[in-house]
Amino acid sequence: MRYLPLTNTDRQAMLAVIGAKSIDDLFVDVPAEAQLAGPIAGLPNHASEMAVERHFSDLARKNMAASHHPFFLGCGAYKHHVPASVDHIIQRGEFLTAYTPYQPEIAQGTLQMLFEFQTQVARLFGCDVANASMYDGSTACWEAIGMAGRITKRHKAVLSSGLHPHYVSVARTMAKYTGDTLDAALPTLSPTTDSARLLDAIDGETSCVVVQYPDILGRIEDLSAIAAKAHEHGALLIAVVTEPVALGAIKAPGEMGADIVVGEGQSLGVGLQFGGPYVGLFACKEKFVRQMPGRLCGETVDAEGKRGFVLTLSTREQHIRREKATSNICTNSGLCALAFSIHMTLLGEKGLRGLAQANHALAVQAADRLTQIPGVELVNDSFFNEFTLRLPKEAQPVVRALAEKKVLGGVSLGRLYPKATDLENGLVVAVTETSSAEDIETFATALKEILS
Amino acid sequence: MSVLNQSGWKPEMGPSGDTKPATFTGNRALMLEEALIFEIGTTDTTGVDLPEVGGVASRLGGLERNRTIGLPGLSEPETVRHYTRLSRQNYAIDLGFFPLGSCTMKHNPRLNEKVARMAGFADVHPLQPVETVQGALAVINELAVWLIELTGMHGVAMTPKAGAHGELCGILAIKAALEARGDPRSVILVPESAHGTNPATAAFAGFSVENIPATSEGRVDLDALKARLGPDVAGVMITNPNTCGLFERDMKAISDAVHAAGGYVYCDGANFNAIVGRVRPGDLGIDAMHINLHKTFSTPHGGGGPGSGPVVLSEALSPYGPLPFTERHADGRYSLVEEETVGERHPHSFGRMTAFHGQMGMFTRALSYIMSHGADGLRQVAEDAVLNANYILRSLEGTMDAPFAHSGPCMHEALFSDNGLADGFTTLDIAKGLIDEGYHPMTVYFPLVVHGAMLIEPTETESKATLDQFIGAMRSVVQRAKAGDPSLKSAPHHAPRRRLDETLAARKPMLVWHETEEAVAAE
Repeated sequence: MRYLPLTNTDRQAMLAVIGAKSIDDLFVDVPAEAQLAGPIAGLPNHASEMAVERHFSDLARKNMAASHHPFFLGCGAYKHHVPASVDHIIQRGEFLTAYTPYQPEIAQGTLQMLFEFQTQVARLFGCDVANASMYDGSTACWEAIGMAGRITKRHKAVLSSGLHPHYVSVARTMAKYTGDTLDAALPTLSPTTDSARLLDAIDGETSCVVVQYPDILGRIEDLSAIAAKAHEHGALLIAVVTEPVALGAIKAPGEMGADIVVGEGQSLGVGLQFGGPYVGLFACKEKFVRQMPGRLCGETVDAEGKRGFVLTLSTREQHIRREKATSNICTNSGLCALAFSIHMTLLGEKGLRGLAQANHALAVQAADRLTQIPGVELVNDSFFNEFTLRLPKEAQPVVRALAEKKVLGGVSLGRLYPKATDLENGLVVAVTETSSAEDIETFATALKEILS
Repeated sequence: MSVLNQSGWKPEMGPSGDTKPATFTGNRALMLEEALIFEIGTTDTTGVDLPEVGGVASRLGGLERNRTIGLPGLSEPETVRHYTRLSRQNYAIDLGFFPLGSCTMKHNPRLNEKVARMAGFADVHPLQPVETVQGALAVINELAVWLIELTGMHGVAMTPKAGAHGELCGILAIKAALEARGDPRSVILVPESAHGTNPATAAFAGFSVENIPATSEGRVDLDALKARLGPDVAGVMITNPNTCGLFERDMKAISDAVHAAGGYVYCDGANFNAIVGRVRPGDLGIDAMHINLHKTFSTPHGGGGPGSGPVVLSEALSPYGPLPFTERHADGRYSLVEEETVGERHPHSFGRMTAFHGQMGMFTRALSYIMSHGADGLRQVAEDAVLNANYILRSLEGTMDAPFAHSGPCMHEALFSDNGLADGFTTLDIAKGLIDEGYHPMTVYFPLVVHGAMLIEPTETESKATLDQFIGAMRSVVQRAKAGDPSLKSAPHHAPRRRLDETLAARKPMLVWHETEEAVAAE
């Protein structure tokens, strides 16, 4: 029991100070019938570090790791190269084993990092302010819809058909209980998004329009017209960015009039991690700051006039406002926010733009190569590092067949939209800087074999 | 006199008035100030080398980002130094005792970090075909089995992202169960000592929140609770052990009364560390309880997250739990029940709470911790955590006011009040005095049921020597507060910053960095 420092001698001495005969005396308030007599039967007892490590190694080997194979999955989680220094820094105990910075005099490291993170996110998204992170993109998206409801005092949200289906599902779950109505639709395998439907749906009842940019199929469209129409009717535009690297190449949603911009920050610093923990990004116009969910870090001075940082505007939060809080969120995704921020600092604007350029160039090359395969068509007019192919047959069995050939070849729309037969031939392919020309060729060869 | 040097670091006067010589840099040996990346980086600097990729015709839909974004970069050496310097301004468990009540700041084993980083877990995509992630699904399933066995419950929802998200999961399951039986109820009862997340969660799900009073012992008033139960009460949210550090002795009676009145029992499991391996919440009639993997099961707090909040569910609520979840088949294969298969496998689910499958990186760490301790070690965890807390309670009750010390032993945390301090001296002064002594302060001003509350949770990973030194420091600081020592009012004196002006921060929020007017004018 290597994590327990007390010795039996310590325990006896401490019981004597307390005035208890045995440890059982300290559990007297637990009714006898609820007390277990000893360790729970049927569960293994303690194990050595070596034994535990071996168990995990055995399980880890049963998974196909992205880096070991040609890899082209995206749809809300992207494989990017994370510089070694990121993981080193986040493992420093002063970051890893700190708590939420409620005692600012001894938490300036975390607080200054959060202030830098908030600024980076706000600038990336083209917004005035950002918070100190949410759980992930999907929950940030729901929180944004809730926030739009508080601001507009309306409860109809119009969702683009290009919004990630898991994000739609999360919103549906929450809306069932909050009385919001969602106007949602399934995407179609068409070169452009459904902005015409969105423009039609906005009316005086609408609280917000939610548009993913680039969308689930990888398409990119100008948000300005939707922003203008929304604002004309007193509604807000919420933009959702699941691939922040894209914003090194394409306009920020804030520049096109988005009021709230949320996103998934996993692409930078965090890694794939089978879906979590990730980091929700949340930014908005300054005038809405008091309706934001989550923690905010702000600049101030200490008693000697030195610059310092604190958590602020906490009268929005559950630990102060209880049932009147803007959200119930407490723990957020601090360490992933740090990873994002370090990676962004290493990149800087120059690196981010270069990274985005490399992603786009490789994606263009892959799209050109894959559409040379007979029967394979490109759906998108526009894309960043992710595009959708229409295959001549159902995509899900093709993805499985590719995996048998040791190629992780994209996400079938059948996985994401199980009952939509119109979408079942769709395959979403993401190409990042980690995909080599050789990987693309291996993928194309395998796909051709499977389709022929 | 307040002269700031360029990096804003002013040489200070020591508490006894002795003058320390100023330094040219404003640094003080190992205490190094660090500017913001926006002040030291430039948009032309990068710390990464990118692959050379030939130019292609852009297919970005004509939406190229042309304006400057304003993201400064640093070279790799500068980046490592920037964050290393920042890190040294943080207190952390690795550095010292961190007795935050209800937060369970225990040691974070490094084995957990190692296994979480194995490529087979850290480098797999959540939408890979399930045949290629059988080991990852096995981890989720193995952890789920442990959580069910340790709590004596029927099922577990693994996806909630943190404690508050888990609360929401439990409350939505209750709401779905009530809807399924056509019995809409509108009220959730919450004790005054509850975490703020409890009422916030219940309100979010559309319930009105009513307080349950406490007895003078610091426990839920069973008679008052029974009197309030009725056809409008959907359920109760009770923290057990509660935030006064006491076990709710009447828990089973509370559950029985709530069930008899047609409601459900939600247990806030933030304090599960006190009872893991000794008591199973399922034996107390609980219907839903979240487990903070970042508390009881040692995954790191990371300066505010990420956490993970799986929710164990009773047989009555399990059918309503969220998507997705894992299933183990007779042949040892694992599958994932998500939208694709939900119709036939889990028709009453209230839906999805998050994209993908939950906090995998926390599952690996928690399972590594659980396997390391095993059934016998986890029981010892609870016993040592409770022993350490009682040792602190009994060692300090002569010095500090312990309002519930007469109620019997405490569980994993000891609660004190500010009663007896000199006029004008507060709990905050004690907290700041502890910072100078080299400790992270305990939880302060929570729970709300005690004036100037100080809630001390030592956890099981502290030695007796650490506790003895802390007890000595605590006595010293409290004596100073009782004697009215003015130097305590201005503590901390030795931290990287003195007390910070939180009023200014809230009155004039500066949430992002802006270039100063002079700097803009100079360009």
